[in-house]
Amino acid sequence: MSPMQKYGPNAVVWLLLLTMPFWMGAVGGYTELATRVVVLGLAAMSLNFLLGYTGVLSFGHAAYFGLGAYGAAMTIKYIYPSTPLAILIGVLTGTLAAVIIGALIVRLRGVYFAMVTIAFGQVFYFITFRWNDVTGGDDGLTGWSRSPLDLGFTQIDILHDDKAFYYLALLLFGVAVGIMALLLRSPFGRTLLAIRENERRALFLGIPVNTHIWMSFVISCCFAALAGTLFALLNNFTDPRALYWGQSGNFVIMAVLGGMRSFWGPLIGAAIFVVLQDYVSSHTQNWMSFVGVFFMMVVLFFPRGVLGIIKRRAVQ
Amino acid sequence: MSLLQVENASRHFGSLIAVNNVSLTVEPGELRAVIGPNGAGKTTFFNLISGFFPPTSGRIVFDGNDITALSAHQRVAMGMSRTFQITEIFPELTVRENLRIPVEVAAGLRLSMWRPKNKDGLVRARIDELMEMGNLTSKADRMVGELPHGDQRATEIMMSLALNPRLLLLDEPTAGMGDQETYDITRLIRRLHQDHKLTIVLIEHDMRVIFHLADRIMVLAEGSILSEGTPDDIAKDEKVQAAYLGTTA
Repeated sequence: MSPMQKYGPNAVVWLLLLTMPFWMGAVGGYTELATRVVVLGLAAMSLNFLLGYTGVLSFGHAAYFGLGAYGAAMTIKYIYPSTPLAILIGVLTGTLAAVIIGALIVRLRGVYFAMVTIAFGQVFYFITFRWNDVTGGDDGLTGWSRSPLDLGFTQIDILHDDKAFYYLALLLFGVAVGIMALLLRSPFGRTLLAIRENERRALFLGIPVNTHIWMSFVISCCFAALAGTLFALLNNFTDPRALYWGQSGNFVIMAVLGGMRSFWGPLIGAAIFVVLQDYVSSHTQNWMSFVGVFFMMVVLFFPRGVLGIIKRRAVQ
Repeated sequence: MSLLQVENASRHFGSLIAVNNVSLTVEPGELRAVIGPNGAGKTTFFNLISGFFPPTSGRIVFDGNDITALSAHQRVAMGMSRTFQITEIFPELTVRENLRIPVEVAAGLRLSMWRPKNKDGLVRARIDELMEMGNLTSKADRMVGELPHGDQRATEIMMSLALNPRLLLLDEPTAGMGDQETYDITRLIRRLHQDHKLTIVLIEHDMRVIFHLADRIMVLAEGSILSEGTPDDIAKDEKVQAAYLGTTA
């Protein structure tokens, strides 16, 4: 493989991401839309760590995304208005839930695993929906906003400067994605691939399959929670839909749409999803049917996703 | 001390008794064959030894330790590895990648979260050594799923060997193979047994393979031991002939 083939795609992706706020306006978007692509892209890539690289389908990742969102929002509203603290607590909340729930469900496989992840997700949905006093219930949690980043020597106003918040989100995205990429290149990452490819063989190569799936689940949920914190901070708001199973479905759609066997696929899927949602929903309420048709076409004709098509072209 | 002792193992599936009170002792360095007609319970017996599921009753002792309650991956860690009747590999990975996974597990790296620079050389050398032994070097970077059946089987055996086992369980290693492939795999097993002093238990249908390789043979029929002895004893045994030919002894 030439260096061009090896580093080219990464270079292109990072170049686009680093410059996105500057050309988003020219193509009819806006900075907040760019931030949404990065944040939901992170959520989809986190899900894909489990789905694409471990071969385990979770249909409840919105739970950890939403716990991150509420963890961050409630920290700022009730405890202390600090953005870094909000992110930290949000991530810890989602990860802790994943540690416990993961241990309970890791013995299940396939559709049973997916069903139980939905069920646990809905538990958190109804808690936030019903617990009006604390979570704001159906109306969502309002009356708070992200606070400026205080670096000691200077302050960055991420509240009023859209671009500043975009780059904060991109920085955290980069750290999370970098860690996932390193993990997938490690011996541990290869055991996950082994489980995806052939669970029985993996077990009889001495890999404690359930333990490794649990670890993959926790890692995946940890970064989904990080995406959730950023999503709440982006909107200065969160509501129970962040934890709804429909949101989990959206993450799965993004991953499959973009291509779950490619590292960047889910980011591409998220970009298509977010832009389509933004564009079509300004014309019609039924934007989801357009996404749905597009999704079905991809699944039917290009089962490896959008990035799968591009890759195949490149090979031919 | 015996390497493997199975004591009165039974396995029931509902009312079906797949394995009925079978005992087996394997000495270090031995190559033991398990034969029997279809449905005799050979593969179930292997699954009990390797920990795929526990016996309904009985005990399994490996190297002096009672392993009856241990899970499959714990048994692998103790030095027992196996292949399957239907080849179990990672079809969409290359030969090298297939071997890399067990080599890293054997090197204690399965939880290593970053690329272990100091051990990478050792891992590579071991993979090369295994590919050499299995005659797979020229196919190192081919996807295993695309290779002929014989090469897939050789890959699977080498993956099991990568774990540095003290006991290797082979479930019908030549099943579905042509003459040349059967010959190659037989020669490979013989080398592992003679040159590497590996203790092997194998299930096999091909009598030429068995009589060529085995020190002792155990014959299973309908879940029970029908006979046990050297290849010559078994060849002369009328009960065994009857079981294979379907007449009652």
